[in-house]
Amino acid sequence: MYALSIRDLTKTYKGGIQALRGVDLDIPEGDFFALLGPNGAGKSTTIGIICSLVNKSSGTVKVFEHDIDTDLELAKSCIGLVPQEFNFNQFEPVEEIVAGQAGYYGIDRKTASQRAEKYLKQLSLWDKRRSMARELSGGMKRRLMIARALIHEPRLLILDEPTAGVDIEIRRSMWKFLKEINQQGTTIILTTHYLEEAENLCRNIAIINNGKTVESTEMKSLLKQLHVETFILQLRGPLSKVPNIDGFEIRQLDEHTLEIDVKQEKTINEVFSVLMQEGIVVESMRNKSNRLEELFINMVEKQTL
Amino acid sequence: MNLQQQYIALNVILVKEIRRFIRIWVQTILPAVITMSLYFVIFGNLIGSQLNDIHGFKYIDYIVPGIILMAIINNSYANVVSSFFSAKFQRHVEELLVSPMPNYLIIIGYVSGGVARGLIVGLAVTVVATFFIQIPFANIPVTLLAVVLTSVLFSLGGFINAVYAKSFDDISIIPTFVLTPLTYLGGIFYSVDMLPGFWQSVSLVNPILYMINAARYGMLGVSDINIDIALGMIILFVILLFLLALYLLNKGVGIRS
Repeated sequence: MYALSIRDLTKTYKGGIQALRGVDLDIPEGDFFALLGPNGAGKSTTIGIICSLVNKSSGTVKVFEHDIDTDLELAKSCIGLVPQEFNFNQFEPVEEIVAGQAGYYGIDRKTASQRAEKYLKQLSLWDKRRSMARELSGGMKRRLMIARALIHEPRLLILDEPTAGVDIEIRRSMWKFLKEINQQGTTIILTTHYLEEAENLCRNIAIINNGKTVESTEMKSLLKQLHVETFILQLRGPLSKVPNIDGFEIRQLDEHTLEIDVKQEKTINEVFSVLMQEGIVVESMRNKSNRLEELFINMVEKQTL
Repeated sequence: MNLQQQYIALNVILVKEIRRFIRIWVQTILPAVITMSLYFVIFGNLIGSQLNDIHGFKYIDYIVPGIILMAIINNSYANVVSSFFSAKFQRHVEELLVSPMPNYLIIIGYVSGGVARGLIVGLAVTVVATFFIQIPFANIPVTLLAVVLTSVLFSLGGFINAVYAKSFDDISIIPTFVLTPLTYLGGIFYSVDMLPGFWQSVSLVNPILYMINAARYGMLGVSDINIDIALGMIILFVILLFLLALYLLNKGVGIRS
């Protein structure tokens, strides 16, 4: 079963701005799905339509087979939304925001309080439960919105740039938490501008640009489309001469750093064996840029041209 | 959502609304009590003592039902318009919109909050009024029906105003330029019998006239308007405004792009 199925979704705002020109998506149940696209591509509009915050112009949206045109209440009860912008009452205590949201789904107060405690503890917000929302830091506010979205234990969790502006430590703890939620069976849709985040977390991916689905595939098969990968090697000793290795393009950035392009049919092992023969010790290695980032930019640029 | 779930959801909105206006009672409850007390002292006692009786009642007795109702109207309206607009402004109205709550329940929740504040303020003003006069309460069921329906009606009005409002200025325009003139011209301080014939006819298109007279009938037993017509008009307006509010919410006017 698909957690989310979208067909030919279009949206034209008042004033004639065409935000969506035919988005198609199929997201299987249990998936961890990345929805990527440049700013203004239509990601948030798509999410807004799925969650009934934006009226669609045409097309169909089904959440676990519930059509939002005919089964809106059932479709909504399956979804938890973490929006891009803070949208809670700044003058309400944290626990009230989370437990109150449960009430809107018809969950009794006792269950709501138990769940609020569970999720606020898991997201390290329990100590702040009596604080007013406006007193929280940016990272805490993001986690509060995650706790609120989970309070009715939705089958589909939609996160619209959940880690924007969050420091790396909190971001990683959020990744760990989201992975656990996904392993417990919740389907997750993630939009992010941190492509490393999408690559680390997601199994499937769709790229939206200019209001259309440009690509929708498995993360692995998408990454295979990358023909050349560039690595940066940090060397222990200073390098006097750049080694010449057949089939590889090598550039010296400084006396301790090499930049190497590795084509898809080649392996980095070939480089290492030649370097070892020449007595060159590699201290560390990293990708020059995120692999998904390179593909993403290629696809978006192709569309724009 | 089944009925029990709807009850829980409705209760959450109502409790949040009551907590909100109780927390800021100095801004929400106290001002009405002070203002209305001044009306009793100045218009009732000082000026009223110099005036003739109206329909067999001393002037202060005659204006008390209207003053109580004015407090209920203003506070019911103000509660919903400020609370719902604030929810739009801070975007936490989205908490409701993404939930499976039916739209009619969202309206009933906010209106219940407005009615709660309207009735609490109305009760407080009534208590203050008893320091000045003995209200006879000629017909208690009619009194309750008149004040509750009026409160519902103006809570709905506040909701519709908030739906359309785009700025904080927009939520004060209707109370200042529509509500206040209609209230004052609705016969709080006079009987429409005292107006020339033309202005009596004009007054009949003012919905607040029917509410004030219904309340006056309940409290004093006198009315310029037939009580059945007065109550019927209020119920008609309640139905019309509820349907309009529901239509706006279903269409997403002012809250969904």
